Amino acid sequence: MSRTILEARNVTKRFGGLVAVSDVSFDVTEHEVMGIIGPNGSGKSTMINMISGSFAPSSGSIRLRGAELAGKPAHKVARLGVGRTFQLVRLLPELSVIENVMAGAAFGHRRRWGHEAEHFARSLLERLGLGQATGMPVSALTYIDTKRVELARALAGDPKVLLLDEWLAGLNPTELSTGIALIRSLREEGRTIILVEHVMDAIRSLCDRCVVMSSGAKIAEGTPAEVLSDREVIRAYLGDGDA
Amino acid sequence: MTAREIRNFLIAAGLLALCALLPVYGSPYWLTMGTTMAMFAVLATSWALFSGPTHYISLATAAFFGVGTFVTGLGFQALPFWALPLIAAGIGAVLAALVGLVTLRLSGVYFVIFTLGMAEMVRQVVTWVQNQTGHRGMYVLTSITEREIYWMLLGLGALVYLLGWLIGRSRLGFALRIIGNDETVAKHSGIDTALAKVALFMVPGAVAAATGAMLAPRYIYIEPATAFAPLLSFQVVIMALLGGTGRLWGPVAGVIPFTLLWEVITRQAPNQTLLLLGLAFLLIVYVLPGGFVGLWDRLRRRYGGHG
Repeated sequence: MSRTILEARNVTKRFGGLVAVSDVSFDVTEHEVMGIIGPNGSGKSTMINMISGSFAPSSGSIRLRGAELAGKPAHKVARLGVGRTFQLVRLLPELSVIENVMAGAAFGHRRRWGHEAEHFARSLLERLGLGQATGMPVSALTYIDTKRVELARALAGDPKVLLLDEWLAGLNPTELSTGIALIRSLREEGRTIILVEHVMDAIRSLCDRCVVMSSGAKIAEGTPAEVLSDREVIRAYLGDGDA
Repeated sequence: MTAREIRNFLIAAGLLALCALLPVYGSPYWLTMGTTMAMFAVLATSWALFSGPTHYISLATAAFFGVGTFVTGLGFQALPFWALPLIAAGIGAVLAALVGLVTLRLSGVYFVIFTLGMAEMVRQVVTWVQNQTGHRGMYVLTSITEREIYWMLLGLGALVYLLGWLIGRSRLGFALRIIGNDETVAKHSGIDTALAKVALFMVPGAVAAATGAMLAPRYIYIEPATAFAPLLSFQVVIMALLGGTGRLWGPVAGVIPFTLLWEVITRQAPNQTLLLLGLAFLLIVYVLPGGFVGLWDRLRRRYGGHG
């Protein structure tokens, strides 16, 4: 029986008068890939940002193995074991590829330094198919490779939960299948992943479970097949006429 | 240590010994120049330890320096001279920590303006206190000679280089480089950005205050207007950027030519020194964005040199 690793309870986020996320609860079990999906502006990224400590929820609680994350600054959340990538790729431009990955290893959940960090970063890059690029400046990388470096940096801290914020967005069809295969291989390693995604193929083939959000609220939860045939979900995506 | 590091250590030690002999073979004129250069080398190198990796341009050097001179001014009769730079360094570090805590949320131009304003505020407060107590300035009459000041500065410089080398290979140094590249990534990688910034900002604060304490006897008479002159902050920034902050030896490569040029201009056309500051700034922005260090690296890459 798998254990719950992350639990969100009644999480709400208000920006002034706007309620971006409203009373959302869900559990994530160990070794599971959970998708957060929903139309644009439904509060998915806000949810990810609250889990990773970019900002605090207005109310509610987010617990990682019982430890409260809500309200903690991002660096503490990272040390407790949450790694993330960003919707728009963020690399460290003045650092080499391997240093970018070592940045994740040196200060993350499980810390490594010196030769150990370098060795670990190198093995991660090889694992993600970037073995030849370790010494390169990041400006020389292709788009999918920048995403790989960012993923390697997130993995370098050995997080308990990995948050991927539209990691597959913007890839061409060939890159997309590479990307999906890569995330599937992470899943097979037994990692726990929460991914925010728009690409339906990826959701169907990767996610064990999905939470569907619309206008800040959770409107459905279940396997991809279940939620994608849910009337409420279809209405949220396509409007009343098609439901 | 690698062979390369040992080699660099030997080179550094040799250069330091050569510099230390200046009072023996040099004329009094060159000793004066050497002291000025040593002062700026210490200030610019320590400044670059923080502002180089983080890209936070601090204009607070004059505040710390001024505090240091006043520590000597107030304490030289009561305490042994060697204790004064230590006390000044302690006060400078505490002051830097306070400034750091206040400015944590500021970045970019806001940080620059704040540090400039802070330096000015310290000067005004000291002036006010002096006025309240009926003082204007202070005489610092000691038996400390120019060559002793020079040697003290060299010692402090060696310490700064050693510290810079240690920080460069530490987690703290790596954290600062990450912060300078992308603070959001730094936080999400698990770096306590606030703590890292404050910790490293204390280094230039302490060093500048210690420098001020060592140099106070040279001025003989100190008052807030000269001890806290904001020009010093700008000179340090320009020299460090001219040399380049990418390497430990960068700032000193800016200090030497700039100090010589400044001397020439001061003698030929004393009113045009600010013009030199401005021109050097334009030169850095348009021609030498990485300073001499950047130029050196580019040339090495182009001509395939090594070492």
